[in-house]
Amino acid sequence: MSGHDHDHPHAPITNGDEPPAAARVRALEELLVEKDAISREDVRSRIDWLVSRTSADGARLVARAWVDPPFKQRLLADARAAALELGLDAGPSPVVVALENTEAVHHMVVCTLCSCYPKALLGPPPDWYKSLPYRSRAVSDPRGVLTEFGTELDDDVELRVVDSTADVRYLVVPRRPNGSEGMTEDELAALVTRDSMIGVAQPASPAPTLT
Amino acid sequence: MGQPALLAYDRRVERGVHDRGGQPTDEPIDLAEHELADWEVLTDALVSALSRRGLMNVDELRRGIESMPRSEYEQASYYERWLFSMEAVLTEKGVLTAGELDARLGE
Amino acid sequence: MTLERGQRVRVSARRHEGHHRTPAYVKGKTGRIERVHASFTNPETRAYGSDGLPLQPLYLVGFAQRDLWPGRGGTADDQVYVDVFEHWLEPTE
Repeated sequence: MSGHDHDHPHAPITNGDEPPAAARVRALEELLVEKDAISREDVRSRIDWLVSRTSADGARLVARAWVDPPFKQRLLADARAAALELGLDAGPSPVVVALENTEAVHHMVVCTLCSCYPKALLGPPPDWYKSLPYRSRAVSDPRGVLTEFGTELDDDVELRVVDSTADVRYLVVPRRPNGSEGMTEDELAALVTRDSMIGVAQPASPAPTLT
Repeated sequence: MGQPALLAYDRRVERGVHDRGGQPTDEPIDLAEHELADWEVLTDALVSALSRRGLMNVDELRRGIESMPRSEYEQASYYERWLFSMEAVLTEKGVLTAGELDARLGE
Repeated sequence: MTLERGQRVRVSARRHEGHHRTPAYVKGKTGRIERVHASFTNPETRAYGSDGLPLQPLYLVGFAQRDLWPGRGGTADDQVYVDVFEHWLEPTE
């Protein structure tokens, strides 16, 4: 898998010890193929799709919104249509909603019941997003959660936590960083981190320019 | 505006094992991430392939996960829950016969 | 679609056997309609082999944090938004 944000340290990659589930799911695949309950082509194409997903497409949507105000309005009205407008794969969810952060409002997304997440636009969700403590505290102690991510919000900013309990998928449009004036769309997209589109962090700051 | 009727209606609401919003916890959020293992990607792809054939949908997947005993749910990793659900739902539907997968693993 | 943006609603606190997507922490709580979504298949029936029809209206409902967790700290204006199906919502005032 490529193109993944290095927002947080990785656990060591363990190639050796697989859990019993690994052998079990491989045996299940064989059984299901033998019974013609699934097709190998469907399995393969889903694997290919999953490993192709990163947060790059989400970042493109945000960067375009930052430089193109009418596009931003279209994005906020219907994020799925806006993604299709840029030729992006918006995923299977019939409705995708973009939530705009402003000076007065900051959004954060969770799925307390499972792990609903805009995979097509952000890639697979990080482990912490699917974890029990995030799912429980994002709604009851969101400012505490933000502090664990190193994100502080002023008391006068309204924090809106969105719990994706149904088929609608949510994507945060973070605020354009100060000092990013004059950057190209590609340069801006590089500032838009996965975590800023979940809402647990702000986007990256531009590197200071030498004069 | 006061709503005394609602405040008095403070009964304990039952919740499923999966219904985690607001559950008290001392567990810190572990920020470490791991690349999905091949078997995890495969698990995801099997559910998708079953869905393409109309054999299992996402609501059934979730329902199957929610049927896990609480301690199993809490100990299992994310895709281990998916695997549990697939086995439960497919066995319920007769796509798998009980014990068939264990027998295959034993071979 | 019978509920409107801005309308005050209470989430039913009824017991539901089996799969449903209304989290416990909002049952019995009062909030406001923030968004009127489209209608979607009903997960409560689709989870048991039905096609989930007829489609059910879905709403994004906003709740004040101070109403969900009385006694917990935090800024007065913070909110939680949850997607809730119409059949779990009762208009209230």
